Amino acid sequence: MSDAFLGAVYIVAAGLFIYGLKRLGSPATAVAGNQLSALAMLIAVVATLLSNDIVDYRWIAVAAALGSVVGAIAARRVAMTGMPEMVALLNGSGGVSSLFLGWAAIYGDDASTFTSITILISVLIGGVTFSGSLVAWAKLSETMPSGSGPFPGQRFITVLVLVAVVACGVALLLMPGWTSQWLYGVIALSLVLGVLAVIPIGGADMPVVISLLNSYSGLAACAAGFAIDNTILIVAGSLVGAAGIILTNIMCRAMNRSLRHVLFSGFSAPGVASKVEGEVKPISPEDAYLILEAASSVMMVPGYGMAVAQAQHVVRELGELLEANGAEVSYAIHPVAGRMPGHMNVLLAEANVPYDQLVEMDDINRRIETIDVAIVIGANDVVNPAAREDQNSPIYGMPIINVDQARTVFVLKRSMAAGFSGADNPLFFGQNTRMLFGDAKSSLASVINEFKPS
Amino acid sequence: MDAVYLGFLLMLSIFLGFELISKVPATLHTPLMSGANAISGITLVGAISAAGAGLGPWATWLGALAVFFATVNVVGGYMVTDRMLGMFKKKDTTSQEDA
Repeated sequence: MSDAFLGAVYIVAAGLFIYGLKRLGSPATAVAGNQLSALAMLIAVVATLLSNDIVDYRWIAVAAALGSVVGAIAARRVAMTGMPEMVALLNGSGGVSSLFLGWAAIYGDDASTFTSITILISVLIGGVTFSGSLVAWAKLSETMPSGSGPFPGQRFITVLVLVAVVACGVALLLMPGWTSQWLYGVIALSLVLGVLAVIPIGGADMPVVISLLNSYSGLAACAAGFAIDNTILIVAGSLVGAAGIILTNIMCRAMNRSLRHVLFSGFSAPGVASKVEGEVKPISPEDAYLILEAASSVMMVPGYGMAVAQAQHVVRELGELLEANGAEVSYAIHPVAGRMPGHMNVLLAEANVPYDQLVEMDDINRRIETIDVAIVIGANDVVNPAAREDQNSPIYGMPIINVDQARTVFVLKRSMAAGFSGADNPLFFGQNTRMLFGDAKSSLASVINEFKPS
Repeated sequence: MDAVYLGFLLMLSIFLGFELISKVPATLHTPLMSGANAISGITLVGAISAAGAGLGPWATWLGALAVFFATVNVVGGYMVTDRMLGMFKKKDTTSQEDA
């Protein structure tokens, strides 16, 4: 297949990628959109395999077969609660693939300065994405403590490593080609840099990190596209890069924090926030049932605790019972609920909650006064009224779901522990708040039992 | 190829990406990320050229490693996205299934 024809095929593939992403704009067309995107990938890969440049298929076949097996098994086995870890690993795998591709490109015949720079960039971003994603994965799977905060001397070490990377890069440009040893320095330092970048970030900031690494994995592919003069890599890579940047932005805005603040300062320790005083009013499942039975509109507010308790199925069961009882049921989801963007939505979809019952924060806040009962399941910071009222709170200014303005609020909670941010939550002491203590799954199960005629 | 031409391509695709992605609803953000993971496996195309063009043993091995990781992304990413998107149902269809 000639180069001109290959170029034409790449144009078709790029068009399909773009149209596929457009179809991802609505849940009704998203499945088809994803399949179009997969078709685009297939077309691009087959055309490349048939091009005149390829003389040896053995290694390609072995590597692609192994990769397909690993990918397919992972995709089938992963539980929906484990999606953040899966995406973190896929980010890392995309990054390391760009690293190897950039590294291999140095053995090509083009040793111009422009190509060398792009090789450097793809190796650098690829390496940072790879090691950063591994640290993110370790934190998400709790292989590593997910605490946050810079360690002593972190800024100094990071600046030192950055200077060393630039020095290695310049040395490589002065002495380009594969005989140069400086590339190894860039590879090693980029891996160190990725670890340094993600280690101080933790807990509640995980959705930002994972979106940012998603963006990096696309940008690394993009840089590799420049290194090997490949148009489809540049187009697809920058689409992914743009997607990651947008999600990062949405996550930062939903926490009222700048990206710089997330990356460099960890979560500010709870300092002088005003202490919340008051009486907590517990409620039994029987009384909760009586209130729910009389309610005509109920809103569920899930958080990461729902995923931990695996409570999404009982949540849906309760929702269906309430609907059968004549209540209007909705599920209000905060943009940063869970450990990655959209995580709660996937868990509820898995439990068969129809997507038209999922509502976004801004929509529900507009009519929150009309809600009879708001049930908070394993969420804390995203419903903390201190974010609205207490200027000393570490989360002051963060947009929240105003559940305290609903007529009644049930909070399902194990104990009175604070959320990720460590901030006290005045919601628990509210006049209209009732605490349903215990494991979310078993508490909901006892409420459901009350609904069933004995 | 001309660096300026590639630069134009980069700029236009980034703007197009912004336009397209900002229309994706929050409810689909997780499948969007895993789908983006799959698309970033486009490095497979470059990796195939590196591994198969006979540029010497090192380039071939590095290319093969890149092929492996890119295929994990492509196959794993598209399959898991498809699995997730299949779970998103509208109200009518779920009640029909229950009946």
